[in-house]
Amino acid sequence: MKRTRVAFAAIAAVGALTLAACTAEPGDTGDDETTGAEETTDDGGDGGQDGTIRIGIKFDQPGLGFQDGAEYTGFDVDVATYVAEALGYTADQIEWVETPSANRETMLEGGQVDMIFATYSITDTRDEVVDFAGPYFVAGQDLLVRADETSITGPDDLNGKNLCSVAGSTSAQRIQDDFADQVQLIEQPGYSECIQYLIGGQVDAVTTDDIILAGLAAAEGSGAMVVVGNPFSEENYGVGLPPGSDQCEPINEAIQAMFDDGSWEAAIEANTEGTGFTPNADLNPPELRECAAS
Amino acid sequence: MSEFLAVLSNYDLVGAYWLNIQLTFFAGLASLVIGTILALMRISPIPSLQFAGTTYVNLIRNTPLTIIVVFAALVLWPVLGVEFSTDFATNFFWLAVAALSVYHASFMCEALRSGVNTVPAGQAEAARAIGLPFLPAARLVILPQAFRGAIAPMGNTLIALIKNSTVAAAISVPEISILMKEMMENEGNYVIPIFLTVAVGFVIIVVPIGLAVTYLSQRLAVSR
Repeated sequence: MKRTRVAFAAIAAVGALTLAACTAEPGDTGDDETTGAEETTDDGGDGGQDGTIRIGIKFDQPGLGFQDGAEYTGFDVDVATYVAEALGYTADQIEWVETPSANRETMLEGGQVDMIFATYSITDTRDEVVDFAGPYFVAGQDLLVRADETSITGPDDLNGKNLCSVAGSTSAQRIQDDFADQVQLIEQPGYSECIQYLIGGQVDAVTTDDIILAGLAAAEGSGAMVVVGNPFSEENYGVGLPPGSDQCEPINEAIQAMFDDGSWEAAIEANTEGTGFTPNADLNPPELRECAAS
Repeated sequence: MSEFLAVLSNYDLVGAYWLNIQLTFFAGLASLVIGTILALMRISPIPSLQFAGTTYVNLIRNTPLTIIVVFAALVLWPVLGVEFSTDFATNFFWLAVAALSVYHASFMCEALRSGVNTVPAGQAEAARAIGLPFLPAARLVILPQAFRGAIAPMGNTLIALIKNSTVAAAISVPEISILMKEMMENEGNYVIPIFLTVAVGFVIIVVPIGLAVTYLSQRLAVSR
């Protein structure tokens, strides 16, 4: 009995040490972060930064934010890397954090991430809780169809068609609100399931923002699916920032520089290669918003 | 607070919970039927039936519910062509009911078997002594007493089923967990209140059922 008790105590001690190690780390990063941010404003973001910057992205959207083994790829990742470099962080200093749609505001407010590049549409309700820089891209809800599909050229051709989208997403809601009497919608936990149904023929189109669809089609790679290219909404992808952040201006400058030196366009092309996707030219590259006075 | 209530009023919470209740009702009924058949197989004197019942229970009980529901969504419907209706909403609803029934039948079976264990062996022996074969003995003597002894564990399964009905989100049934996702997507500033509202909704549904089960299990218990 005594021996068991000693063993328990030993396990508890080891456990406590492990936990302490876990909690210590984010705290340290947080400290570095504050000093880092101050330096940025002092020297205009030219000098190198100490510590790391935590950037929230999606991990499961090929072409935008995607975890590929130890690598992170996609348009959001490319823009984030460019912006972070302009703020004085090298690529090695970026710590990628997964920010699923439902957790984005909470993670910004809770300080788990410093900024978010995760197909984050600027909306009025979100604007009230968090700050936004950008937008760095204007997407629009579009349709992804099989390459041999000729009868769907836009939202007007959806009568009697079957659609797939992600459960609870803005895209799924728009279909239910505007097209509910014409189409049948299947809501799935993720886009990969939707692609399965599209290939299998159970649905005629997958719907969400055009650049997400292009990324999915590019990842599939066989050219079996094409984006229709007739967007019927406007989603301004912004950079999510914690409320009251002082980083909005420098981020906007970095995004503007990315538009001007051509790397923005190159990033889109590289991430949607082989799908024939071109962003909506009337709206892209977008006008940057004024930063909220902080 | 009043702002949050205004936000809530934009969403059909009751309608979404109603879907969960409908899923629970139909799946509960079907799993009770399947579970009773399984329990009969497991207590029957025929070894092959015993084996089949035991295999079903061990196989299904140890498979995560999500896997079963996703199997219905990604294999049963598209690949094997099981279709309850060409209308998507109806089809997915019944596929979800089928998946939930198959899963909870194994728990219903075990709950009922625990009820069978409360029936003294003398009852079965007496039934046999007056010349009843297995099925009439089960129907007239064993099961009526077993059900009364199994109310509490069956109630537990029912309560688990109510909460598990949210897994139907994986097969596009627009029940409360999909609505919760939708609300969180639109109202990012109320994520925690929305979550708590949904959780409290389940408490409101489950607590009366728990109380009723406790009452019934005491009321109907066979006094020995």
